[in-house]
Amino acid sequence: MRVALMVTCINDALYPDTGKAVVTLLRRLGVEVEFPAGQTCCAQPMVNTGYLDEAVPVVRNFVDTFAGYDAVVTPSGSCAGCARHQHSIVARRSGDAGLAAAVEETSPKVYELSEFLVDVLGVTDVGAYYPHTVTYHPTCHSLRMLGVGDRPRRLLESVRGLTLLELPAADQCCGFGGTFAVKNSDTSVAMGTDKVRHVQDTGAEVLVAGDNSCLTHIGGLMTRQQSGVRPVHLAEILAATEADPA
Amino acid sequence: MSGGTFVGMPAFPKAAHEALGNAQLRHNLAHATGTIRAKRLRLVDEVNANSSWEELRLAGAGVKESALVDLATHLERLEESLTANGATVHWARDAAEANAIVASIAKGHGVDEVVKVKSMVTQEINLNEALEAEGIAAWETDLAELIVQLGEDLPSHILVPAIHRNRSEIREIFLAKMAGAGRPAPEDLTDEPAVLAAAARAHLREKFLRAKVGISGANFAVADTGTLVVVESEGNGRMCLTLPEVLISVVGIEKVVPTWEGLDPLLRLLPRSSTGERMNPYTSTWSGITPGDGPQEVHVVLLDNGRTNALADEVGRQALRCIRCSACLNVCPVYERTGGHAYGSVYPGPIGAILNPLLKGPGADEQTDSLPYASSLCGACFEACPVRIDIPSVLVDLRAQVVDAHRGGVPKLEAVAFKASAVALSDARKLAFGERFTRLGLRVARRFGASKWTSSRDLPPAPPESFRAWWKRTDGGRR
Repeated sequence: MRVALMVTCINDALYPDTGKAVVTLLRRLGVEVEFPAGQTCCAQPMVNTGYLDEAVPVVRNFVDTFAGYDAVVTPSGSCAGCARHQHSIVARRSGDAGLAAAVEETSPKVYELSEFLVDVLGVTDVGAYYPHTVTYHPTCHSLRMLGVGDRPRRLLESVRGLTLLELPAADQCCGFGGTFAVKNSDTSVAMGTDKVRHVQDTGAEVLVAGDNSCLTHIGGLMTRQQSGVRPVHLAEILAATEADPA
Repeated sequence: MSGGTFVGMPAFPKAAHEALGNAQLRHNLAHATGTIRAKRLRLVDEVNANSSWEELRLAGAGVKESALVDLATHLERLEESLTANGATVHWARDAAEANAIVASIAKGHGVDEVVKVKSMVTQEINLNEALEAEGIAAWETDLAELIVQLGEDLPSHILVPAIHRNRSEIREIFLAKMAGAGRPAPEDLTDEPAVLAAAARAHLREKFLRAKVGISGANFAVADTGTLVVVESEGNGRMCLTLPEVLISVVGIEKVVPTWEGLDPLLRLLPRSSTGERMNPYTSTWSGITPGDGPQEVHVVLLDNGRTNALADEVGRQALRCIRCSACLNVCPVYERTGGHAYGSVYPGPIGAILNPLLKGPGADEQTDSLPYASSLCGACFEACPVRIDIPSVLVDLRAQVVDAHRGGVPKLEAVAFKASAVALSDARKLAFGERFTRLGLRVARRFGASKWTSSRDLPPAPPESFRAWWKRTDGGRR
């Protein structure tokens, strides 16, 4: 099985440790991922802001880069959601039947990390060790666009040393929403502030989620408020072991 | 007496900013939406225990869709049935035509007042203001609409338009304003809900008994039987539908349901999704005129007002399935914090964010264009919608329409930034990606959004090297 890592533009530029964690984790599980250097972005920022023409070359680059792989794994529910559910919209806009066919070929092979682990590799215990109290925020696109369900929870519950605390109103959006966070920054911050309050109510040391974009927003509020809670991507927890702690 | 209108409201971000600063509003909204959300979920679970909520949703969506795919035929059938039942059918292309029809019928009966059933469509067309201009007072008789009208306020929720008011505010409105509109509130009025309701009942009863003309909308219009349906909680609607001699109903053309059987899933979905009840207290149906019983002159004004524009929109047409339950408002994290006024329309919340642009057309004005962006695309609305309107997908499509409507003019900074990104992101080598992308991103952010981010949020520290650089340097961690 040829597996490609789609690291995402945000992780590439701002959170390389999340990408490294996916590589470490999958290698431990016997999967040697490739990193196609041509990759850039899934085009979601353009699509969700309304710039469909601008998304066309980005989606074209995406399908060119990931053609020929059996699976494309990404540590982002949102980017996986875009590839699976929105690339076809962009292809339709382009009027290019070739692009549409390529998207139809690539889209179903894109997996969010927890989906790949549970559905493709069939594991929930990945042999991780993480001796911290953690609360989990199920990001909206993972939850509602992809329907990852309880996969991330099952993975976390199998991590040795980890205490999982229930997040109140967990399924409410954190308020990131891509360019929503700047176009409607006041509302975004109001939503995020409530999310931070719920996180703090749990008493957890660590807030975990499957999307660094949401964690950038919530984490940015948490550090500004000196909340003392650390945002950590799911991949980094699953990659941690006693021999090689996070 | 009329309330205000939404004309000239600011774009969503500005209106939201003001609403977010209102602590009382935030508290009222969080409490009210939280309560209704919990009630709805309990009933969905109850349905799932015996059958399937999802199947019920599919059935409801199917009924509405079957009407929309062949709308003209069903509307003609509706007109035939209504006419055969003794009703007079009028067609209105827009708000002005509908208002003129209603005013002319009312004036024909020489009245200076009418009583109204709670109706979204008559608010959409500003009927009360149009009638007032003709010297006719239109009295709202739904309790919450009465509160809004007396308070010279605007509705902020589809189902509970005074959701932004608490009981002490309502007491003050009744004490100050009821006398000017008819029977005054008792001097010893308290803010007990039962006491407030009794004051409203006494105030409204006079109007019900006096009015010669009643005005309503309709939740559904059954084509094959020529039946209009109004669903309500208080019974005040039924007073308006049965006591006056003349009844005028303004009905959006998307309200048509082909057959009586089609009401079955819809009448099960609506109360559960709106008030969180198995069944609403009052469901009134009337098929034209029944001799000797109820209004003996029945008019139905079938209104387009942008609905055929929405119907022509391949992605957005599903919005016409909406049964105005407001489940999407109650689950929306944006609505819960800003309330309805920020949307600048009688249709607030997620459904308003798609319906207004669909009815008015993208590029109509800055306020309307701001609505598709008034969402984090979290998808809670789609999950809750009883007729499966995929609101996030429609929002995204409308955003593209807004951007397209402004292509060709002087580009905004945002458009320039996205064009630049399109070039950069179409080829990793062209830009020698990695770090340079970060720098481009930060530069763009600084130009058009950084302060909006950093005013309340820190940015993460930049890492020493990108993932790409690490992979290249270490061969993916192998050396």
